[in-house]
Amino acid sequence: MSYFRRLADLPKEELLAPGHRLCAGCAASIIARLALKATRGPTIVVNATGCLEVATTIYPYTSWRVPWVHVAFENAAAVASGIEAAFRIMEKKYGVKKPDIIAFGGDGGTFDIGIQALSGALERGHDFVYICYDNEAYMNTGIQRSSATPLGAWTTTSPAGRVIPGKLERKKDLIGIAVAHGVEYAATASPAYPLDLVNKVRKAIEVDGPAVLHIISPCPRGWRFDPSETIEIARLAVETRFFPIYEVEKGEYKINIKVPKPKPVEEYLKRQGRFKHIFLPENKWVLERIKQTIEENWNRLLELAGEK
Amino acid sequence: MGKVVGLMGDEAVAQAVRQSNVDVIAAYPITPQTIIVERLSEYVANGELDAAFVPVESEHSALSCCVGASLTGARVFTASAANGIALMFEITFIASSMRCPIVMAIVNRAFSAPINIHCSHDDTVALRDASWVHLISESVQEAYDNTVQAFKIAEDPRVLLPTSISLDGFILSHCLERIEMLDDEVVSEFLPPRKAEYKLDPEKPITFGPLALYDYYFEFKRQQEEAMRNALTVVKEVAKKYEEISGRKYGTIKKFMTDDADVVLVCMGSAAGTARVVAKSLRKEGKKVGVLSVRLFRPFPTEDVRETLENAKAVAVIDRSSAPGCVGGPLFEDICTALYDLPERPLTYNIIAGLGGRDITPDQIKQMYNIGFKYIEKGKVEDKVLWIGVR
Repeated sequence: MSYFRRLADLPKEELLAPGHRLCAGCAASIIARLALKATRGPTIVVNATGCLEVATTIYPYTSWRVPWVHVAFENAAAVASGIEAAFRIMEKKYGVKKPDIIAFGGDGGTFDIGIQALSGALERGHDFVYICYDNEAYMNTGIQRSSATPLGAWTTTSPAGRVIPGKLERKKDLIGIAVAHGVEYAATASPAYPLDLVNKVRKAIEVDGPAVLHIISPCPRGWRFDPSETIEIARLAVETRFFPIYEVEKGEYKINIKVPKPKPVEEYLKRQGRFKHIFLPENKWVLERIKQTIEENWNRLLELAGEK
Repeated sequence: MGKVVGLMGDEAVAQAVRQSNVDVIAAYPITPQTIIVERLSEYVANGELDAAFVPVESEHSALSCCVGASLTGARVFTASAANGIALMFEITFIASSMRCPIVMAIVNRAFSAPINIHCSHDDTVALRDASWVHLISESVQEAYDNTVQAFKIAEDPRVLLPTSISLDGFILSHCLERIEMLDDEVVSEFLPPRKAEYKLDPEKPITFGPLALYDYYFEFKRQQEEAMRNALTVVKEVAKKYEEISGRKYGTIKKFMTDDADVVLVCMGSAAGTARVVAKSLRKEGKKVGVLSVRLFRPFPTEDVRETLENAKAVAVIDRSSAPGCVGGPLFEDICTALYDLPERPLTYNIIAGLGGRDITPDQIKQMYNIGFKYIEKGKVEDKVLWIGVR
């Protein structure tokens, strides 16, 4: 079901005000702005420590036209749990109306340090939407590797060395983790497909219980590309099957953006300085491994979606 | 008024929380705090307490959850001990900086390692600088009374700081004592639902927890300092109001035969009761001894302590926690600092005792006093820090 059929259907109101200090070309602000356009009423935003948090709330300024709270790095889901539990009981006791709750965390705050708090909140079934904007490394502290950093990528803590050519481990399957908790709705999205993104945010809000969104968030600084190319890069990630767009509703997988004829992954990788080293002759095996990983992930997804 | 019941410390805290009309409880089990959360979850499950009980997956999330809940304007409670406090340490500072009037029971337990479930004051003193108001209980009755008062102190607009109430693990938490409970209605009247001026409210969006660097951070800290100073007044005001409904008197410290005492023993928690028994018997032998027990650990009641101890010849301070490499234990350092400006200072010495739940016995306390008399006779302190009861 689509809540918004065209971009023109989106509300004009900007709940994330301009003037924040996120980098030019940063996808995080695009994602947050779109997500807030998908809200259905009063909404409270919880933010884990990270780029989005520090750059939008430099005291005494704030970009948030909704109630917003940041507590720490690893606990956005726990803070959201407390807000949700409090409103649930206050609605019953004092007639206070419970707003919708969206928690934003980067990949560090979600895949790594925040995974326990997220798992706890999903298991307890709090009614909130968790959005991970995934720029695939600790960008706020200067591009360090996270468990969401893709295989082969250079970061400052997975450097492209003479012996170890970048990160050699795969990315965690966040949606798989969410689905394993039995959440009613989990999905991936990309700012290159804004209608898909906003409809998924809205769908997640409509769920009575926790929902998880995993949104790819290209980072010009960390991925080493020109700030004007953010959306192109985000689209290429999908068109090469590097970042598949799918959703899981009540356990049913569905691929939302089919990629029958994927572009060669080199088209995606070559646009980003973080993968530069894998095109050296001695690192050809890394490129092969990336291709193999993409294929395995895609086949697995096809199987889960019953398309194979 | 009220009723007399037999309760363990943990149960008494849980009863006080039930009567205090809390909205959200988020807690994680840890011995010896578990009975508190067990009872509270029972009250919620049986409809005796209209609150949300959030059985979080860690203490870090417990306090994080409390911060979120508190910022909505709800009345919030949690409880923990030792390693649990250590795990939530990061958020303890954030909770106070974000001015969340959360109440937490700390059931004092020794820090690992070796792992130990019994009483040391490690956990409470670890939060010394976290900008929390810390109330210490000597008995089950005090644990109950402190819990009710803690909400009133924490939520006072002049304070708005998290407040802990400490009770000695097992010695109080699992000790069955005769206590007087207030009627539910009396507590309800004392603690009407919380009215938060600043909260997460879609009608009036506020940004909580922003980034503030060298241009504003300093001022945030200054405001906390002022809130802490206000707390000193508020604790006394709340104690007075509480006396009106309970008939029980509370202050920042409790004095026993200190007025003309030559040697005063200073301590926190359940050891005070033992100390008073010993002091009484030593008085019969003609020895002028007294006891000062600290109820308010933070903000530290410097003036009250100084006035009480200024005429003593020697002051012994028990720390039920060790602070390796420090001048002495944390309470000792506070007491020494409070006395420093006196024109004539009493001799001061520190006793590390009762770690990991080892008993602080009447004989040990007698020994502590005798050391004081010996120092007075010699006119000087020989050992500044003594470990008593250690093998």
